[in-house]
Amino acid sequence: MLKLEKISKTYSPGTVNEKRVLNGISLDVKNGDFITIIGSNGAGKSTLFNVIAGSAAPSSGKIIFEGRDVTKTPEYIRARSMGRIFQNPLLGTSGNMSLEDNMTICRKKGFKSLKISLNDKLREQFRAELSRLNMGLENRLKDNVELLSGGQRQALTLLMTAMSRPRLVLLDEHTAALDPDNSNRVMDLTLQLREEYSLTMMMVTHNMNHAIKYGNRLLMMDAGDIIFDVSGDEKKNLTMETLMEKFRSIRKDRIADDRLLLA
Amino acid sequence: MIQAVFIEGLIYGIMVLGVFITFRILDFPDLTVDGSFPMGAAVMAVCLVSGIAPLWGLSLALLCGAAAGAVTALLHTGLKIPNLLAGILTMTMLYSVNLRIMGNKSNISLIKTDSVVKNVEKLFPGLPDGAAALILFIIIVLAIKLLLDLFFHTDMGLALGALGSNEQMIISQGMNPNHLKIIGVSLSNALVALSGAFAAQYMGYADVNLGQGIVVAGLASVMIGEFLIKSNNIMALTARVILGSIAYKAVMYAGRKYGYYVGLTPNDLKLITGVLIIFLIALSGFKKRGKNA
Repeated sequence: MLKLEKISKTYSPGTVNEKRVLNGISLDVKNGDFITIIGSNGAGKSTLFNVIAGSAAPSSGKIIFEGRDVTKTPEYIRARSMGRIFQNPLLGTSGNMSLEDNMTICRKKGFKSLKISLNDKLREQFRAELSRLNMGLENRLKDNVELLSGGQRQALTLLMTAMSRPRLVLLDEHTAALDPDNSNRVMDLTLQLREEYSLTMMMVTHNMNHAIKYGNRLLMMDAGDIIFDVSGDEKKNLTMETLMEKFRSIRKDRIADDRLLLA
Repeated sequence: MIQAVFIEGLIYGIMVLGVFITFRILDFPDLTVDGSFPMGAAVMAVCLVSGIAPLWGLSLALLCGAAAGAVTALLHTGLKIPNLLAGILTMTMLYSVNLRIMGNKSNISLIKTDSVVKNVEKLFPGLPDGAAALILFIIIVLAIKLLLDLFFHTDMGLALGALGSNEQMIISQGMNPNHLKIIGVSLSNALVALSGAFAAQYMGYADVNLGQGIVVAGLASVMIGEFLIKSNNIMALTARVILGSIAYKAVMYAGRKYGYYVGLTPNDLKLITGVLIIFLIALSGFKKRGKNA
């Protein structure tokens, strides 16, 4: 469903600050995949997501999404069939608007007309959806979203993203800014929604355990390359030790500091 | 004199609603207002002088204001000119455009022509001086306020509200934020021009310098309103904008009437407005700091 062909990204090309962040990456994502992506800071994970989502244009290469070349398609058009959840819980919702207003905007993607769609029937539907979060949000439809905690906001964003039925969901360290308890709840919700809406997902994470435990495919990135790619049974049997071993064998020169990877 | 404060407050309140939309909802500090306000007045005056029905004049003023707003928004979104500069550019260009509209005169008198205000006053000859105009503008401003409230309850209105606080969210929802900005800034300047058109009829003239400092006056009104009522409901937000506008006119009136006791003249009104804004910003800053402590 998503195909990256030799994607490269260089910032400030031709200057002293030239920095190559993606090094001709090719990737084939299949329908229903749940891919976890790990890698040290600066490995190119976020840039990879930026390129897929369209907030950064690749310097070279092609992006094929659902059979169409979207390399030059603007971000807001791609967003109609892609959901993206950021590390910063504030980015997914509008703080100074009520929960119901936020949900009205995010319920469906695309241009908004002069229709007034928020009515009691829709509120009932919102309440039903929100009650699944077990956070008591179903009774706070009129509250401003800025009154919610980071975990609640992230859960809400996740729920709204799933409601809009995207073809692909990009999770950009979406639990990293939350406390362990909320982080687990949001992760559980992620799995639940993935199951329910059979979503295709790509998840960047700094949590090695999550990366090993979840998903059917794992990518390890380093210095703009995918240096390790496992799926299927090999992924199922993956342990922390083998992962570390793999990392050592591929990048002997860089293991001087394991903490860089585990941070 | 007191109904003059109310009438002016209501007429300028339409402009303040426009300023509120850009500054507060869109987070787009739009200075086009200084040009689109006299533009509305100029278009209206020319229409009245050439015998075009007042209703057509108002519609045309509205459209011209929307076009001026669209120019600013396009300069910003298309050419990536910072929004403040885009507004200043349009405002500056509008000065010449407005002179062209008025046939290269800087002032058009409407004493001898028909106008909406005069027509309504003629309809109710029994009412005391100014009462008919006051009722007329209460109805007009109320209608505009309610229409705006309705608009901000629509899906598009909600999206506009979200744009100012979180542009990424709008992109993530598959909307082009540039389209929304053009719609919002056009709507704002349409209201401003309409306000100018009414102002010209009420004062009996249009002048190319009518807009000088108007955006600052609008901003002061918005901030006074925010001081009067605390709320997050759009109905209350638009209501307080209009109340703020009336309160601002009252402050200016008091400044004109009682200012000379302390040696102030009408020439100092702009200074008072500026100091008022600085004072209100400082005050709300102190309040916030108190809350966080």
